[in-house]
Amino acid sequence: MSELLTGQPGERRLFLGNEAIVRGALEAGVALVTTYPGTPASEIGDRCYEISRQSDLYFEYSVNEKVALEVAAGAAASGWRSLCSMKHVGLNVAADTLMTLAYVGVKAGMVIVSADDPSLFSSQNEQDNRFYAKMAGLPMLEPASPQEAKEMARAAFALSEELQLPVLLRTTTRVNHTRGAVTLGELAPHPGPGFFSKEPFQKVMVPAVARQAHARLLEAQARAAALSETSAFNKICGKGTWGIATSGVSSNYVEDAVAELGLQDRVQVLKLGFTHPLPVNLILKFLAPLERVLVVEELEPYLEEGLRAIAQAQGLTLPVQGKGQALFSRLYEYHPALVRRVTARYFALTDKAAEPLEPAQILGQPLPDRPPNLCPGCPHRAMYYSVKIALKDLGVEGVFPTDIGCYTLGLLPPLSMADFLICMGSSINTAAGISKATDQKVVAFIGDSTFFHSGLPGLVNAVHQGHDFLLVILDNGTTAMTGHQPHPGVTLTPPGYPCEHVPLKRVVQALGVEKLWVVNPFKYQEALAATKEAVNATGVRVLIAEAPCPLHVHRLQGRKSRARFRVTDKCQDCRHCLDYFGCPAMQLSDKLEGGRMLIDTDLCSGCAFCVQWCEAIRPVKARGK
Amino acid sequence: MTLSFTENRKPKTENPKIKLRIFLTGVGGQGTLLASRVLGEAALEAGFSPLVSETHGMAQRGGIVVSTVVLGEVKSPIISPGEADVLLGFEALETFRALDRCHARSLVIANTAAIPPYPVATGQAQYPPVSHLLQLMGEHVGGLLAFDAGDRARQAGSALAVNMVLLGALAATACLPFSQEDLLHILRTRTNPKFLEANLNAFQAGVDAAQDSQNWVRRPASWH
Repeated sequence: MSELLTGQPGERRLFLGNEAIVRGALEAGVALVTTYPGTPASEIGDRCYEISRQSDLYFEYSVNEKVALEVAAGAAASGWRSLCSMKHVGLNVAADTLMTLAYVGVKAGMVIVSADDPSLFSSQNEQDNRFYAKMAGLPMLEPASPQEAKEMARAAFALSEELQLPVLLRTTTRVNHTRGAVTLGELAPHPGPGFFSKEPFQKVMVPAVARQAHARLLEAQARAAALSETSAFNKICGKGTWGIATSGVSSNYVEDAVAELGLQDRVQVLKLGFTHPLPVNLILKFLAPLERVLVVEELEPYLEEGLRAIAQAQGLTLPVQGKGQALFSRLYEYHPALVRRVTARYFALTDKAAEPLEPAQILGQPLPDRPPNLCPGCPHRAMYYSVKIALKDLGVEGVFPTDIGCYTLGLLPPLSMADFLICMGSSINTAAGISKATDQKVVAFIGDSTFFHSGLPGLVNAVHQGHDFLLVILDNGTTAMTGHQPHPGVTLTPPGYPCEHVPLKRVVQALGVEKLWVVNPFKYQEALAATKEAVNATGVRVLIAEAPCPLHVHRLQGRKSRARFRVTDKCQDCRHCLDYFGCPAMQLSDKLEGGRMLIDTDLCSGCAFCVQWCEAIRPVKARGK
Repeated sequence: MTLSFTENRKPKTENPKIKLRIFLTGVGGQGTLLASRVLGEAALEAGFSPLVSETHGMAQRGGIVVSTVVLGEVKSPIISPGEADVLLGFEALETFRALDRCHARSLVIANTAAIPPYPVATGQAQYPPVSHLLQLMGEHVGGLLAFDAGDRARQAGSALAVNMVLLGALAATACLPFSQEDLLHILRTRTNPKFLEANLNAFQAGVDAAQDSQNWVRRPASWH
């Protein structure tokens, strides 16, 4: 039984922020959860998948975030409390839905989790999704801790019903991925079957209806603003004539800074958790007695601009500052010492900062990096190798638009198989543009999950327009990067996973692709021959490289290859393997002297790929067993 | 930020006004996340409201995995440069890299085993000699306990239990505001029963390693 379903009210548990959100939703009686996996939100979906196997909760890994949001919207319109979670950039994919869903509204409570990623731990940008709340006109809550994440997730459903609008629950990585003590509340029962009540002249967004709906949304925003004024998530604490305004995870850094600088009697802190609409009267009450205000928020100056506009409208002239030189940056995640330092500087205090040690200085030289790498036995590396060799043999230099997944690590040398990346699905369409504008050979790469997420329209377009590039679909049978979640094309699924299989090959054929190759990337000669044919052909070509992620196979079936390989005396030290393949198991025996090649048998996965192109590599004879 | 190296006993009801920030670092697959979670669970049972922060996602593919455990009078879940009281290092180079989290009084517990990063394995960079790294570390921090935790784990019956060895060593330094028994209780009740015996043996191996004076490159000043 999932630990999110057990436990008595009042009990304290150590939950990840993401788990706390799920628990809060369960305490609110959520009946349907949808997601497309994406760090830092992934565990919300993964826990819900587990719970859906053990309770009445309906959960799905939808094919993308737009789909997920619309499934949840349909359920919410039918009386089921629904939750839809995604990473920040996922909300871009779902933005079309979001903007007009705000007009349509909801019947039962609906919560949209947007997990932002300051510092880009695992994302392509660090956009600040608080502006989505402002643009769509939706209420927004921002938790600072796992406990608050649970409380806000739960409260968001009631707020959503009161306003008949979806509520944005905006987190950041540090809230999603922090474990903290969470006090449990009562779990709510499943609501039973929902019912869709027809109100076409409220819910069908043709212009005449939407004009009314927009006016309704503005009225609802006024009611939301009133609720923000009295919300327990917005509060002023401390005393004095200096002010600090903050929200989200930054409020923890502020709290520590105030205590460590001994400012409890000199500074008032406005901690905001209900951050759209902003509580104008509360903010005016906060600003009125103050001489100056520091705004502490990661990424964009959302609160800062809001506070300044409110002050200006009231004719207040006190300085309200956050971003700027000698203040805070719009870049990256903050940390406690940074917030303390800037706070001290802003209020002209001294900060008794600890002096960090500097490892590179102590060592007298830079430390070697430890870049992430594709795993030993990864089928992506094998496919990249065949493409590299095919192009080399053909004397062609390729341009490689790529996409989002583990295979993006192909960017790093020695593979160097990534030249252009914007977002999910961009490989196919940018390949079209590059091939149109140049005479260069374009080979695009996309993973199976990403292809289902947002590759389909691009491929249809390429066929229709008659573009000229090769698309390699790296089909490892799962969504590996985010923790091996299933997608429509998977054959290897978790036990009891009830869904229909949508075969990738048939989808590609049905889209009108006539030049199609399917290879097992671990069969080198076959893969190489097919790649050469595909590179030489013209028009839209697709090569599907089909081999499961070995981590996924191991996880689901407990199977691990026992074969191992070694480098024999035949090795001429040509280093081809290091220059073209770069498996982590391949190493130099004497790292300091640059000695001979060897294969670390602890790291070797036994995939038997390198043995097919290097004569010096041979199997290790099995001992015993 | 002051650490007591005397035998602390847990306060079940009333916590002393302490701040303890533990920084864990290692390489993907070494079990840093489980170690930080066990520390967090033990702290929770001892009546604290710990915060455990984790790295997920991209960094786990052979990259560096760090986590933090903070408890006491601290609200921030992460540890700034220079503010870790304890550094629990799972790999020699990564422990050295994380010295930027430490200050002159920090306690460092370091696994001396090296996992060469890819640029080193392929001859593009050099791994500094571990003995040199240890010597430099010892000169700059308040206390340094260093031993081959991988070796101890293998001897205890599970090469993968490096995290348990290091937890045992940490518990034996008595810088935690809860007891060895509290940690063992979490291992017994919250971890996979299949590996329990090996984990308990590995934990004890870590306790033993901390009690072997030869493993202390530098003793904390207040140690007795």
